[in-house]
Amino acid sequence: MTTKSSTAREALSAAAKERILLTDGGWGTQIQLRKLEEADYAGTLGLAHDQKGNNDILALTRPDVVAAIGDSYLAAGSDIVSTNTFSANRISQADYGAEALVADINRESARLGREAADKFEAIDGRRRYVAGAVGPTNKTLSLSPDVNNPGYREIDFDELKDVYLEQVIALAEGGADFILIETIFDTLNAKAGIAATLEAETRVGRELPLMISMTLTDLSGRNLSGHTVEAFWYAVRHARPLTVGLNCSFGAAQLRPHVRVLSDLADTLVMVYPNAGLPNELGEYDEQPETTAGLVREWAEHGQVNILGGCCGSTPAHIAAMARAIEGLVPRYIPDMPVRTRLAGLEPFTMAAAS
Amino acid sequence: MNSSSFSSSFVNIGERTNVTGSAAFKKLILADDFAAAVEVARQQVENGAQVIDVNMDEGLLDAERAMTTFLKLIAAEPDIARVPVMIDSSRWDVIEAGLKCVPGKPIVNSISMKEGEEIFLSHARKCLAYGAAVVVMAFDEVGQADTKARKIEICERAYKLLLSIGFPPEDIIFDPNIFAIATGLEEHDNYAVDFIEAVKELRVRCPHAHFSGGLSNLSFGFRGNEVVRRAMHSVFLYHAIPAGLDMAIVNAGQLDVYDAIDPELREACEDVILNRKADGEELSPTERLIALAERYKGKDAAQEKAAEEWRGWEVRRRLEHALVKGIDAHIVADTEEMRLAMDRPIEVIEGPLMDGMNVVGDLFGSGKMFLPQVVKSARVMKKAVAHLLPFIEAQKEPGAKGKGKVVMATVKGDVHDIGKNIVGVVLQCNGFEIVDLGVMVPWPKILETARECDADMIGLSGLITPSLDEMVTVAEEMQRAGMTMPLLIGGATTSKVHTALRIDPAYKGPVLHVLDASRAVGVATALVSDTGREAFVTGYKEDYQHIRDVRANKGQSPLVPIADARANGFAIDEHIRPFPPERPGVHAFDNWDLAELAEWFDWTPFFRAWELAGVYPAILDDEIVGESARNLFADARAMLATIIAEGWLHARGVAGLWPCRRDGDDVIIHLEEERHVRIPFLRQQIAKREGRPNMCLADFISPDGDWIGGFSVAIHGIEPHLARFKAAHDDYSDILLKALADRFAEAFAERLHAHVRTDLWGYAPGEQLTPEAIIKEEYRGIRPAPGYPACPDHSLKPILFDLLDAGHNSGATLTDHFAMLPTAAVSGFYFGHPDASYFGVARVGEDQLGDYAQRRGVDLATATRWLRPNLD
Repeated sequence: MTTKSSTAREALSAAAKERILLTDGGWGTQIQLRKLEEADYAGTLGLAHDQKGNNDILALTRPDVVAAIGDSYLAAGSDIVSTNTFSANRISQADYGAEALVADINRESARLGREAADKFEAIDGRRRYVAGAVGPTNKTLSLSPDVNNPGYREIDFDELKDVYLEQVIALAEGGADFILIETIFDTLNAKAGIAATLEAETRVGRELPLMISMTLTDLSGRNLSGHTVEAFWYAVRHARPLTVGLNCSFGAAQLRPHVRVLSDLADTLVMVYPNAGLPNELGEYDEQPETTAGLVREWAEHGQVNILGGCCGSTPAHIAAMARAIEGLVPRYIPDMPVRTRLAGLEPFTMAAAS
Repeated sequence: MNSSSFSSSFVNIGERTNVTGSAAFKKLILADDFAAAVEVARQQVENGAQVIDVNMDEGLLDAERAMTTFLKLIAAEPDIARVPVMIDSSRWDVIEAGLKCVPGKPIVNSISMKEGEEIFLSHARKCLAYGAAVVVMAFDEVGQADTKARKIEICERAYKLLLSIGFPPEDIIFDPNIFAIATGLEEHDNYAVDFIEAVKELRVRCPHAHFSGGLSNLSFGFRGNEVVRRAMHSVFLYHAIPAGLDMAIVNAGQLDVYDAIDPELREACEDVILNRKADGEELSPTERLIALAERYKGKDAAQEKAAEEWRGWEVRRRLEHALVKGIDAHIVADTEEMRLAMDRPIEVIEGPLMDGMNVVGDLFGSGKMFLPQVVKSARVMKKAVAHLLPFIEAQKEPGAKGKGKVVMATVKGDVHDIGKNIVGVVLQCNGFEIVDLGVMVPWPKILETARECDADMIGLSGLITPSLDEMVTVAEEMQRAGMTMPLLIGGATTSKVHTALRIDPAYKGPVLHVLDASRAVGVATALVSDTGREAFVTGYKEDYQHIRDVRANKGQSPLVPIADARANGFAIDEHIRPFPPERPGVHAFDNWDLAELAEWFDWTPFFRAWELAGVYPAILDDEIVGESARNLFADARAMLATIIAEGWLHARGVAGLWPCRRDGDDVIIHLEEERHVRIPFLRQQIAKREGRPNMCLADFISPDGDWIGGFSVAIHGIEPHLARFKAAHDDYSDILLKALADRFAEAFAERLHAHVRTDLWGYAPGEQLTPEAIIKEEYRGIRPAPGYPACPDHSLKPILFDLLDAGHNSGATLTDHFAMLPTAAVSGFYFGHPDASYFGVARVGEDQLGDYAQRRGVDLATATRWLRPNLD
């Protein structure tokens, strides 16, 4: 870890004023391409369960694969590399009997990201950042899994917050610059993640700027817990995140109207990283790098985004195409929002000015 | 009324999901009936609550469990969860448990410095971490702030502390404590004033912060008296909102419109809230309000309870309920739910909606429901059908086949359509399809439409007497065209006798006089019945024949020759002739204050227009129609308030006073040198008993020189509002507004007459009459209108309008049959002699007809047409 004269938040904010930045693309697709076997996943950890498909554990068993993917994105032009830790939490790892390794996976993943970022920075002097990725888990705080008992919840806020806390502390310890709470289908889960991150800041003794990324589950622009983009923003704005945005679910074409809504509202950086289109009937993503790049370029041209990247199905080639497509375009200007009380149910509620 | 009548920036927080505020909700929660409790929340949001307050602070409850259970349940209801929640508890552990269940950005209610700064700030930091706005109670280590100074001191201190930890100022909402007033304890009297003034000051000292309060505390002393509580709340908001109060915990469905509150009650509320005592008033404001409150006790608690329940019913039953009760708030959503449950949208109309309207029809038919309610039901039905139409059209299905098709029109020359619209609505409610041709419809259009759309019957309406003649013409033309479909006759001047004598003989098909809207359904239904129609129609024909026979055989009271009638004229006392006017000539009034006119309303005819029989105000307590009348009156008062506040209507009028003299049965007006206008009047010709004169209006004028007046008033500006109601399928508001416009016109005529008596003419300068006395016409002088009994010839209107330059001065114009436009208009003559009185001319003889034609300078045929209603 190198020491810098400015914090990661300050540095990224300054860079984002100059140009549109790039984060990375999808990790799952990249791992699949490498056709890894059970032995690759399991390594010598001696876990009782099969590990094939536990992508996150590769940080411990095949760090070379993780490092290589990170490198390929940085080489393609990414300013930010995320950690391969989408499912590296106690709830998801329980499926593989690997709960005990959660802290190790996160710490190691963040360390790998840090190494790669620092390596690329050393080459060209351009600062790179590590975003510690925190997924939504497969449990939801707002919805009942039992249709006959709408008041039932599989998990409560404090339990989930503790799950996140363990992951966030380890990511911070491994050297992540930011905490990226991504693919948020349940707004309350994200609020638990925010609470965990605030608590982690006290524990690790440094600021952990948040990147918050919502995922839509329908084209009308709501996530699974029913929040509109605007209501979501008001529900998480208290975290003063470094970035807010959208990822996954749809391709850039489908996200377009919602990006615009968010761009008009968010008085912080906007980061959007869509899937490479919609999957075909085999679940594969066919959208070509130039196509995706052309679509996200439209947002850039309209001054609606600060950071772009890719999610499912996107590759280093997509990021490279984006880098070419946005070159020289002016980044989004962060609007000054008037001082208003902005509350939210599933829908936003803004009070008139108190004057 | 919902609170949208208050400023749109005012946030209304639903209080019904609060166990400390709602006994009903508390009962549900204590019984663990969370499903029903969730419905309470839903109802609040539907009623317009923008935020819902949830409070489970009850000794018998596990408040934390109740809070989290309820919040999780409402999170599963998109209709409820769409609005933010206010997590309300006096216990921090309950609040924090609540914060862990709410995914949006809620409001915490409340935190305070009661236990010192440290705890206050720790709670504030947690709210910041969970992402919540906070209500800060004006409470410190010493206690709750009661005076203005304490409220300001505590809130300002809290504000500074919160900003010091980075709390966003816009997320701070102060509750400077609304306390109960009018409790009888003198030290409570200034609480509302303290609150309002503190808010005003804090608004300046604490930028971006908001101000809230629990309204129900204010009226705590009047528990069980909802009318008074609601009035107090509305009046309080009326004064507190401009001071800066921008949210309040209220029952969103239960706020009155300030202007619609009974003025006496409103003033009493105002006095207690503003803590002001009128000079010389013996009772204190509190004593006065308590005395007044007795009158309103126990008025609507039961209704309120019933109102909450029905939303939980099954959709078919909800539709019926909405139709029977005339509630349109949920009709589109319920209709949509029903549509989704059925195969074809048309089935919603033919099934549940028609079933509901049949219930309405039955209730109306059996006298258990009255016209205003039926029209409201029709509004609900229309909205439901309007929602379904696009779906039906999309499926390219034929529309619902009704019971029958009725072409309706107000005949040529007449512009009055309230009655026609009511009949149309009632028939629609009963499954008839209505083709409404509107007003001033010439007969060719009526016949052509009836043929083109294959109508089952034609309905004609008219208010003024020339319309009777026009109806005869329509009947004659239908006969000439060889039509056979039934002809229905209705309207204020129509009668069974006139129909029997004049219209029925002109047309061989069925002619039926329909007395009022409630009879229309029975008549129309019988006419489309396969089995009963013939006997029904034959019954009418026989009845009319009988009337004609009786007339022919028995004859009528004899008429005396016009010369004899004149000889038996009325002689005025020449000694008490009115003085010349203080201000002769023509006086125009462009924009008479509507609020003042509203005080001059005679409400009795308003209720009559809705077929509610009785005299105002006794009608409001009538055993049978009282409830209907009260609801209608409340709706009317609310609309009246809006009309006045938003200036929907524009009252223009003109009065003129001219020198004149009597010449036989004419009055000659001396406008200026060489310009004299002759106004011929008609004289009673019926043989009178000894000592009773044959009256003529000219009798009230001295042949030796005298004064006469005239006036025209008109209410303008109604059209855009009617267009809006029409677009919203809202016949109820349409009819309501027309009826109110008519009241304005009549009130204006009354008010202007008073102005003439006391000022312009000035023969009764010190007149002091109660509204009752005015309505009973206990003043000196009369104002007969052309077309009414004392002056039955409508054709005098053009002469009167010319004298007044009415087209210019009041904006009123005349149709070719002498109906006035706008429809809400009145005109007439002023007679100032103390002996002047109203009478009916009734039948006139051939001799007077010929004489009148000569005096008017028209041919006999024209005079015959004008006077036909008065000729044998």
